[in-house]
Amino acid sequence: MIKALQAAWEIIRGSLITARHFGVNMWRHTLRLFGRKTGRPGAVTIQYPEQRKPLPPRHRCTHRLLAREDGQPRCVACMLCQTVCPAECITVEAAEDADPEVQKVPARFVIDLNRCCFCGFCVEACPVDAIRMDTGCIEIAELDRADLLYDLAKLRS
Amino acid sequence: MSDFAVLLIKIVGGLVWLLTLSLYLTWLERKESAVIQDRIGANRASVFGLRWLGLFQPWADAIKMIFKEDFVPAFSRKFLHTLAPFLSFFFVAVTVAAVPFGDTLRVGGRVVRLQILDLNVGLLFILAMLSLGLYGILISGWASNNRFALLGGMRGAAQLISYEVALGLSLVGLIMVYPSLRLSTIVEYQGSLLFGFLPRWGIFLQPLGFVVFFLAALAETKRVPFDLPEGESEIIGFFAEYGGLKWGLFMMTDFMEVIIVSCLLTTLFFGGWQVPWLQSQGFVFPWGGRWMMPHGLVIALQVLAFNLKVIFGCWLQILIRWTYPRMRFDQLMDMGWKLLLPLSLLNIAATALVMSL
Repeated sequence: MIKALQAAWEIIRGSLITARHFGVNMWRHTLRLFGRKTGRPGAVTIQYPEQRKPLPPRHRCTHRLLAREDGQPRCVACMLCQTVCPAECITVEAAEDADPEVQKVPARFVIDLNRCCFCGFCVEACPVDAIRMDTGCIEIAELDRADLLYDLAKLRS
Repeated sequence: MSDFAVLLIKIVGGLVWLLTLSLYLTWLERKESAVIQDRIGANRASVFGLRWLGLFQPWADAIKMIFKEDFVPAFSRKFLHTLAPFLSFFFVAVTVAAVPFGDTLRVGGRVVRLQILDLNVGLLFILAMLSLGLYGILISGWASNNRFALLGGMRGAAQLISYEVALGLSLVGLIMVYPSLRLSTIVEYQGSLLFGFLPRWGIFLQPLGFVVFFLAALAETKRVPFDLPEGESEIIGFFAEYGGLKWGLFMMTDFMEVIIVSCLLTTLFFGGWQVPWLQSQGFVFPWGGRWMMPHGLVIALQVLAFNLKVIFGCWLQILIRWTYPRMRFDQLMDMGWKLLLPLSLLNIAATALVMSL
């Protein structure tokens, strides 16, 4: 009997907790509606397109290719990123460079974002720090799959 | 204006009240659950850029539901499949006829009772119609010709019949206390005072009956702690083969049941349209004060009080729906037959004992 009453009390306590949440949050919402400041907002929601959370500094998003001082891409077409990529989304085609110090430059450098899993292995693998994933661009949806093939021009912009 | 026109206006008004409230109960449910869980809830539906806390969301939902394909599976029994949601809907919608919204309104030499139909078996009428809603569940489960839908329908039938017993017996004590089954008389009776200061509301006369009735009525609405007939996510329910507007009718039925249960709670246990210490001339306070009011204002206050009590009842049910997880079926049956039924019998015995003293 006592056990049953204790169980019943616990059941009621559960709804008291939700009722307290309702009351406290409603109070905060009402105060904010009338322009008063409250210690905490009534909801933890971030209203996304209008309100944005700052991205963490090490957040990985779409790729970019860095340039040398003379404006050419730093990439030496060593194919390490293409080799390490677990999603096999990177395609690099090498071409010869006039500068004997550089030897190779990419003729084509395509990242297929349809397949990319944003693991960041290509950034880790790159010996000349030519590729990074720090553009801060997280809205990459397109209506056409072909638009998600990022080529050299798109990656350098 | 003839009596017929008055009746027509009352019927249309009652139905519009019920449907609008059930439409906005979806909004209340979304918003209340959001506030409970520290969220904001649906607020994007807008008309000409006006959002207004998502108040247009129910209309957006309704438009979506109306324009969905009215799909009937090839293997179902077509006629019954179409009939079932309308049966469910009808038997709940018709109960609004017996709900007393307020006292008699005197306007232009005419006396209008703010109740569609003042039946002398009003209470039994509402209970009977709520039980008949069971046919909608059973027929939809049967006509879908889907074994899971059928099982859902059978679970629904078992649950509703079990809780019907506790629901009826919990009201027996109340009927012993009140002089009539006529809902308007019940509400008028609750206007007098207990011990000279406490309004004679059902909850003070029958606290145990209130608890049993509330739990049984929650089970009758088939919502979350007791949603075994539906259980849309895991144990597939009776409307598995429904979509679009027909599914929407089942949904509306649920919300209307919440409102009707709330109306019953208000009428039987919270004094209906009675405001504490408000007589037909104005407030008469137990400590001697008086505050006279015109007739129209008194009626308006009563209707407002009724609506506020009903909305509070809906709020409470939604709070319970967003607090507790679903019960297992054996727990449900245990609660119905081994807890609520003995408690309601105890309530009858205790009431009889007190009344015979």
